[in-house]
Amino acid sequence: MRIPYDWMSTYCDPGMEPEVLAEKLAMTGTEVERVVVSGPPSAENFVIGEVLAADSHPDADRLRVCTVDAGEGDPLSIVCGAPNVAAGQTVVVALPGAVMPDGMKIRKAKLRGVPSEGMICSSAELELGEDSDGIMVLPEGLADPGTPAGDVLPVSQVVLELEVTPNRTDCFGLYGVARETHAITGAELAPPPWQGESLAAGGEVEQLVSVKVEDQDLCPRFTARAFTGVTVATSPLWLRARLIAAGQRPINNVVDITNYVMWLTGQPMHAFDLDLVPNGALEIRSARPGEKVRTLDGAEREPGPDTVLVCDENGPTSIAGIMGGAGSEVSETTTSVLMEAATWNGPNILRSSRDLNLRSEASSRFEKQLHPALAARAQIVATGLMIELCAAKPVEGMVDVAAPMPESRTIRLQAGSVERILGLAIDAQAQLEALDKLGFGVGRDGDDLAVSVPPDRHYDVTREIDLIEEVGRVNDLDQRLPATLPCGSGRVGRLSRQQSLQRRAEDSLREAGFDEIVGMSFTDPSEAQLLRLAPPDPRAIAVALSNPLSEDQSIMRSTLIGSALGAARRNLARGAESVALFESGRVYLPAGEFGSGPLGGDFPGKQRPPVNEPHHFCVLATGSIDPASWGHDAVGADFFKIKGVLERLAAGLGTSVEVVAGEQPFLHPGRSGEVLVEGRSAGWIGQVHPAVAAEWDLGEVVAFEIALADLLEASPLGEEKYVDFTAFPPVDRDLAVVLPDSVPASGALEAAREAGGKLLRSVAVFDVYRGDQIGDDEKSLALRFRFGADDRTLSDEDVTAPWQKIIAALEGMGGRLRG
Amino acid sequence: MGQKATERIFEIEAEATVEVEAGENVAGLEELRVKWLGRKSELTGILRGIAGLEPAERGLVGGSANKVREKLEATLEARIAELSAAELETSLSTDSIDVTLPGSPVRAVGHLHPITRTRRLIEDVMIGLGYQVMEGPEVEHDFYNFTALNHPDDHPARMLQDTFYVEPGGGAPAEVGKQDVLLRTHTSPMQVRAMEAAPPPLFMIVPGKTYRRDSDATHSPMFHQVEGLAVAEGITLADLKGTLLAMLREIFGPDREIRMRPHFFPFTEPSVEFDVSCFKCGGTGQLGKGDRCNLCKGIGWIELGGAGMVDPNVFGFVRDAGYDPDSVTGFAFGFGIERIAMLRHGVGDLRLFFDNDVRLLEQFS
Ligand SMILES: [Zn+2]
Repeated sequence: MRIPYDWMSTYCDPGMEPEVLAEKLAMTGTEVERVVVSGPPSAENFVIGEVLAADSHPDADRLRVCTVDAGEGDPLSIVCGAPNVAAGQTVVVALPGAVMPDGMKIRKAKLRGVPSEGMICSSAELELGEDSDGIMVLPEGLADPGTPAGDVLPVSQVVLELEVTPNRTDCFGLYGVARETHAITGAELAPPPWQGESLAAGGEVEQLVSVKVEDQDLCPRFTARAFTGVTVATSPLWLRARLIAAGQRPINNVVDITNYVMWLTGQPMHAFDLDLVPNGALEIRSARPGEKVRTLDGAEREPGPDTVLVCDENGPTSIAGIMGGAGSEVSETTTSVLMEAATWNGPNILRSSRDLNLRSEASSRFEKQLHPALAARAQIVATGLMIELCAAKPVEGMVDVAAPMPESRTIRLQAGSVERILGLAIDAQAQLEALDKLGFGVGRDGDDLAVSVPPDRHYDVTREIDLIEEVGRVNDLDQRLPATLPCGSGRVGRLSRQQSLQRRAEDSLREAGFDEIVGMSFTDPSEAQLLRLAPPDPRAIAVALSNPLSEDQSIMRSTLIGSALGAARRNLARGAESVALFESGRVYLPAGEFGSGPLGGDFPGKQRPPVNEPHHFCVLATGSIDPASWGHDAVGADFFKIKGVLERLAAGLGTSVEVVAGEQPFLHPGRSGEVLVEGRSAGWIGQVHPAVAAEWDLGEVVAFEIALADLLEASPLGEEKYVDFTAFPPVDRDLAVVLPDSVPASGALEAAREAGGKLLRSVAVFDVYRGDQIGDDEKSLALRFRFGADDRTLSDEDVTAPWQKIIAALEGMGGRLRG
Repeated sequence: MGQKATERIFEIEAEATVEVEAGENVAGLEELRVKWLGRKSELTGILRGIAGLEPAERGLVGGSANKVREKLEATLEARIAELSAAELETSLSTDSIDVTLPGSPVRAVGHLHPITRTRRLIEDVMIGLGYQVMEGPEVEHDFYNFTALNHPDDHPARMLQDTFYVEPGGGAPAEVGKQDVLLRTHTSPMQVRAMEAAPPPLFMIVPGKTYRRDSDATHSPMFHQVEGLAVAEGITLADLKGTLLAMLREIFGPDREIRMRPHFFPFTEPSVEFDVSCFKCGGTGQLGKGDRCNLCKGIGWIELGGAGMVDPNVFGFVRDAGYDPDSVTGFAFGFGIERIAMLRHGVGDLRLFFDNDVRLLEQFS
């Protein structure tokens, strides 16, 4: 909302620099984006001049050499290219030193050999109009030559660019901003421009205009006035200047009046050429299927069935509250005008404007719901201007089709309420004065205040709490409000167990040398193909966006591996030789079982979340993982390196994982596994399939992804129970067993564990041998067993029985002991 | 006989001592040990012969022999220790390395993402102020993101945030803006979820990802926010100010001040935006020789986020859970994590955080 400062000052002149007012507005709830200048940055060196002579230029057909009286001293010689320049004209002259809106500084110069001591300005150059073909010719005798142009013309207008919040419909009108200025500065406020007049419904106008409203819920009020004898012309300079400063394009006096009134009162208007409305009959109704409207911008639009149209006997003429139609537009030949000021249903306008993808100054006001009282105000102000600027004769009366006005509201502001909410006491008199200045009707009722809400604030201020806000914001809240802390209530702030374990897990990966990345939750649907994921794999069924920014961000990721591969590719392309990355983030699955707690996608609240979004870890490495030195080569990231990282991650949480053979479509089929936590699947690990890695321009890549909630659930951290290790030392035994390659190590361990019974505390692989001493398709595993009991030191005999069973089990799966 | 033996014992002591002290290496001393104290040594012979002496002489000879034996052993040990220390030094001096060669590298520690670090900092500060940390869904129902936060249907406030909507599974695509499921546009939906789940008093923050249809140097379609909510009896706007001030001083330094500007949010009333005094120019807007501060653009204040008192209409959605606006009041606030990280670390472009270039990540150990 652009507020020309001088225009606003005609209603409330705060007597301070615009920047100071801007600061005050900002500190009381009206954000000022910028303070700008419409036109040249300063009016300095712009003066009124009179063209004494306009002679042709000796060396250029299109240029004239003008002699201009600009006040002091000798007349100036100014070379001018405008075709309309002529002797006798009153013009604006930019003298040397003047700065134009684009920053150009006027200097003395020679144009084709002729000296030029300034510039005669066009209206476009001064940003007072759009005419750039010729110079701006002012009314003869407007001012004496040499008069500073700023004294008689709005050459350089300061404009406050406000960002009005959607609740404050009053500040979508300049008078509302003036009232706000009054409330926060105390400067006097002029009465509103509609004050003291009223327009009664009915009258002669009903002979010329009839209005039928189909649904008063969609059109709570429709007012129309008629004017005859209208002279359509260009608006006077002051009005054009105000509109331009407000950011509106001047068109002709009638249309300009509608825009001017909207800017001043906040109520949009629309002018019809009454002679182009058959029988002056308008009907307000919802759009019918297939109906089309040609709007003022020249486009043909097909509104949806909820959209309200203003129709005449020939059909739709405009889209209610959004944009007028081309059919009954006011033009140079117009002599009779039908002036509309209506009230529309805000939500309906918002919906229609969204459906049509069409917004306008009018719709942006109507969609916030205007009060029906505003329509009559606008008619009053417009009538005055029609008479003044268009020599129009108003037809007596006003067509006014209106539902009953919303009942005006009185709210009680209790004595203690302001302090209860703000934590700052403001005395009753100050409360009363603040509300009074803001336009509320305030009376005392015992210790309380009885506050009646003006139409401008009817939809915004509905409860006591809204009054508390009003009182607070204009009472220098920022300076006066103390800074206190809530009183204690025995609360304890701490991370949940899951949260602190999550931190520990992230830290352990960081300490293992991995850099944390944060990938975008969005991804490209083609990623699933690159990863060879296909239904029924749940990761191939994406949570998709209806209105993505782009195709490559149109679905939500169902795995973290794509983000990690993308980050690896980018870094390698930029010169990194190797990367070790991890991400701690969510994946999004349309369905599936929730894990435990927020990390498993199970969040507080009555309604289940719409999709399943468990938290995963993805860890990826490519290139060397241990750096080279002069003593040894770099160690490349391979399956066992990344598995070591996984095991370390689990161990850091006091638990362990198991990896069993298991394929993933995007992994090397011979180097991939399923990660089990307490026997249940919690993720995958492996070398990325070389063909998949190649899609990301990568070579050997190893990675794993694991559901964090599953891993953390297995962690005993913080809940460990002490086991006495001093009383009964364990017994360790080793053996080496040769097994066919078809038997995985995990199978051998599991068999051994089962056979070892409850005395077997642990078993682990501590060496693997392949080579000449055993067959080509065999491996030798060296296993270490630890036996123990809680109640005694084990003897050799105690261990003999389980040991025999273990050996039998290993032999049973095709193993033979190695000496 | 006895006297002669005694004399011989002292002669042995003298001779052996001379030889031991002259010994030049450990091996030679071991030979001397055999010669003077071994099974076949003269001293051992004398001790063995004691039985053949007169009983009255036995004690004297035996005592002397044992005494000399002990003395010789001590002398020997001392000399061996002396020599072996010297020998070790000699052998070490020939076993030298080039200490100027580079060390064998171990894998360097990695780096937490600056967003994670900043999030944890905020969490830790708020935990210290007595808040719990909660998480909520990013794909959310319209109800929690808008309706229960006092954004009625077709309310212009919904247009303030350009929302991503999620395709309903299965059937035909629904009309944009009319769908129930969306990507949360702020962390505020957790306000209602948290209140549904537990009665007051409630003090919690919600860090997490949020989404808006916007992309440029200061906007990413995905970004991170922290929500804060405090509901109890007697909570005031002044408490909000004090809480934010305490938090901002922990994050930006003890000299910071806070500024609250009235604003509008549908789910708080009164609503404010809050700024922190610029830590680069100390809130003056100027650097050194009168140059305009580029961080706060000469204003002295840096915009951080929005806040306010929980609107009674929001409590209306959780009245059953114990939130009666006549008995409890509350405040809520929200701000961007990236914004804090950008300010603290001087990162100019928001999008760098999601580019994951290790040259950026490695600056944040
Ligand atoms: Zn600064």
